[in-house]
Amino acid sequence: MRNNNPYLPYPVRIKRVEIATEDRSLRTFELEFLHQEDADAFRYLPGQFAELSVPGYGEAPIGIASSPTEGDTLLFTVSKAGLLTSHLHSMSEGDVMGVRGPLGKSYPLQEMEGKNVLILAGGYAVTTLRSTMVWLLHPDNRPKYGDITFVYGARTPGMILYKELLEEWETNSDANIHLTIDNEAPGWDKHVGFVPQIAEKIEPSPQNAMALVCGPPVMIKFTQPVLDKQGWQSDQIIMSLENRMKCGIGICGRCNVGPHYVCKDGPVFSKAELDELPKEY
Amino acid sequence: MQDKILDKSEVDALLERLGSEYDVYAPLRDQQGSVEWAALDSSSDLVWDFSNTGVSPKRFVFPQTECMMRFNNRSDDPEGMIMKQEQGLQRQQALLNIRPCDAKALKALDSIYCRDQTSNDVYWRDKREKTLYVGLACKSPCPTCFCTSVRCGPHYEEGLDILLVDLGERLLVRTLSEKGAELASNLSDAPDEAKQQAAQQKEEAEAAVRSQVGLENIQSRGIMELYEAPMWDREHESCLNCGVCTYVCPTCHCFDIQDETQGEHGRRVRNWDTCMSWLFTYHTSGHNPRGTKKDRFRQRFMHKFKYMPYKFDVIGCVGCGRCTQSCPVNIDVTEVVGEMNEPDLN
Amino acid sequence: MQELTQQIRSAAKRLLQEERVDCVLGYREGTVPMRERPFFAYTPEEADQLVWTRFCVNNLANFLIGRQDRVAVVAQGCVSRNIVGLIQEKQLSREQVYVLGLHSPGMVDSAKVQAQFPNRVIHSVEEDGEELLVNGADFQERVKVRDVKRDNCYTCTHRNAVIYDEFLGEQGEETGGGNIDNVAAPWENLSLEERWQRFEETFKDCIRCYACRDVCPLCYCNQCFVDENQPQWCGKTVEETDVHTFHILRAFHCAGRCTDCGACESACPVGIKMRRLTSKLEKDIRELYGYSPGLDLESTPPLSVYSPEDPEPFSTG
Repeated sequence: MRNNNPYLPYPVRIKRVEIATEDRSLRTFELEFLHQEDADAFRYLPGQFAELSVPGYGEAPIGIASSPTEGDTLLFTVSKAGLLTSHLHSMSEGDVMGVRGPLGKSYPLQEMEGKNVLILAGGYAVTTLRSTMVWLLHPDNRPKYGDITFVYGARTPGMILYKELLEEWETNSDANIHLTIDNEAPGWDKHVGFVPQIAEKIEPSPQNAMALVCGPPVMIKFTQPVLDKQGWQSDQIIMSLENRMKCGIGICGRCNVGPHYVCKDGPVFSKAELDELPKEY
Repeated sequence: MQDKILDKSEVDALLERLGSEYDVYAPLRDQQGSVEWAALDSSSDLVWDFSNTGVSPKRFVFPQTECMMRFNNRSDDPEGMIMKQEQGLQRQQALLNIRPCDAKALKALDSIYCRDQTSNDVYWRDKREKTLYVGLACKSPCPTCFCTSVRCGPHYEEGLDILLVDLGERLLVRTLSEKGAELASNLSDAPDEAKQQAAQQKEEAEAAVRSQVGLENIQSRGIMELYEAPMWDREHESCLNCGVCTYVCPTCHCFDIQDETQGEHGRRVRNWDTCMSWLFTYHTSGHNPRGTKKDRFRQRFMHKFKYMPYKFDVIGCVGCGRCTQSCPVNIDVTEVVGEMNEPDLN
Repeated sequence: MQELTQQIRSAAKRLLQEERVDCVLGYREGTVPMRERPFFAYTPEEADQLVWTRFCVNNLANFLIGRQDRVAVVAQGCVSRNIVGLIQEKQLSREQVYVLGLHSPGMVDSAKVQAQFPNRVIHSVEEDGEELLVNGADFQERVKVRDVKRDNCYTCTHRNAVIYDEFLGEQGEETGGGNIDNVAAPWENLSLEERWQRFEETFKDCIRCYACRDVCPLCYCNQCFVDENQPQWCGKTVEETDVHTFHILRAFHCAGRCTDCGACESACPVGIKMRRLTSKLEKDIRELYGYSPGLDLESTPPLSVYSPEDPEPFSTG
């Protein structure tokens, strides 16, 4: 059998685990490859995902939260939900597991060049947008893009992911960072309200711009009319789908939406593309 | 392509040659009297008059349960958590008397299983490359067959190494690949009358395929127009959402991957799965993108007759009629496709 | 049978016209030989598609589960017994369903007919009294219905509908003439090893399509145990352990509830004889608890309740 088996995970070691939110439902894992050649082979861009593989528990597709500009380790923030992710939450630094990928399409970074970028993130869907922000703000890439506006909402201050990094962006980057929580909280002096409300308030211009929108279905539902009102066209709006997946390489058929495989042809789609497809996601 | 001739009494010699290089499988009559795929021991077991097997031979390339990799299920063994790839097929296999429709189905699936460098299913490819396809042209199509409507036919050649045409006492042996030519190299050329007989048989068999479906409107319609057509409301009503249609089908190819452990032994296996099952698309969150029976019913037909042609330029159906025959509630693929192709969807 | 078809149609039309029901669930002609199909008629015009033949092998009670509307249903003995079962188990209310009771003529096992014509393709089969007229491209032959009935129809104990709002046609012979214990009893005469061998042989061809489960009016669980993954009770493979686990557990889930309608065997694409297992359970329940499922709206299946008088012949104490 051939060596280039796309189902065979790269062995990795958990370098660092961090409880990411106050309710302990999310953990961030930093993974390092056991073999340098695997790290070299794993060439990815923001928006792509990987199958995290724990023998005996299976695999789960998780968006890559790190940016390739950050080095060879990979970052994943994982919600405790199913069989694999529950077990993953019990694993510790030093444990060996597997990673398969990178999978899927990245955000349209090339198409975004020369344009203003609006990022709307809700809850833990922020992961691949973290990757995107790090990538965009890297000195090699930053000059290629216009204004960057980043809106990120979480339920409470304690549910905000990547706090240190956000602070760093707020103080040391030229991006417009808007953080919001659902309700007032002691010590919170930033936005209060849902992401769509903040999007309405800050009125991002669709002129020569693209928007990356990721969040729970309810956020998407209420954000859309706001963007419509502001004049955003559906081909300017980029979204990322999550469907149940197994193979991750466009074969097993599980994640089909219309003729497309979310795992291979997505997970990143423009709203214009999605408008032509059944809402089976 | 070359046409050779083989007396049926000399099939043994051919089989011997096959057996030296391949594990040979063929449609054989089982104890209950039905014809199903099994390992061939003796040429006298070969069946020449049968319509087709109840279950397609896809399992020879895509087994219903297949171990993909193994691991040592011991947490104290750091190497244990590293997957070891399972070996490929140890010996080549020959599918003797495979119907042209079933061979075409496998060929069609290559466009998904070997789509490009990243979507390169090594398990599929390994068995595809190590399998010889010796087809047997179809003489008496079933009333449920509609192969000629879906770019296939009783003598269809694509996907075969050899096509056999049963001429009674003799077989016309048409070589269609290098492997096939090599196997038939010591046979004599077919006389013209045998070729004519085979050609006539082809015409007759094609004419005997009485079920027809049109696809032209399906092709010209937009995805959402078909998806939202009112027809689905009634067509799905009696569907049980069992997996018979998908499991007997030669082109249904969806699968599940699971880990299994027993003591220190661990393995990652894949099993056939079916879009008919609610579980197939069910998210851990509880959300189900295809949450209703209608959604799942529609998916199967849309996938085969709209999505696959749209995406890969192949029809996800070869017209074998197995789904119609095996469906416990007699959902008839030609009726559903017929409705999808109606000039007026409303 | 023609006459009963007419009676079903006129009853259906009347019920729909009078708006007594929202739809009539019956059978309509299938597109393959010897298989009629379940059909919902919503209008009097659609009622004209309803038929009644010896090829009505689906258990229509299965299609009542989860329906919110008022349904009239064509029901022979076994189907009516499963309707009783669904009412007992609170899956259906008696008021919601209007039973058009019938006497079952004994349904045909298409595999048995096909087995009489090896190597030949059957194009159509017509009923002609107690015979079937079997047509192929180049042949026409007759077979006797009594030789090709489904196994469960020979051992049927209640061919007449046990509950009904109206009975169509005449009540007829109640039993199929055979004895179900003859199906069940062979197990009892086998040694442990032989039983296991027979069991393995019975289920060896299973492809786990779950047609047997999905066609069964007893299998209405929202999530079947084979579909659960936390914990995972049963593996997903077609290897023996998983196949056996599925069939054994399913049979036990159905014990004391199964009416021996035979829908599972009729649905199986690989011809598995599930009744070898279920008939033994049926016998045990009958002998241990004196209970036959689906005969009485007021009773409760014995394995659904505890009674201090429950027999414990299996107890080792």
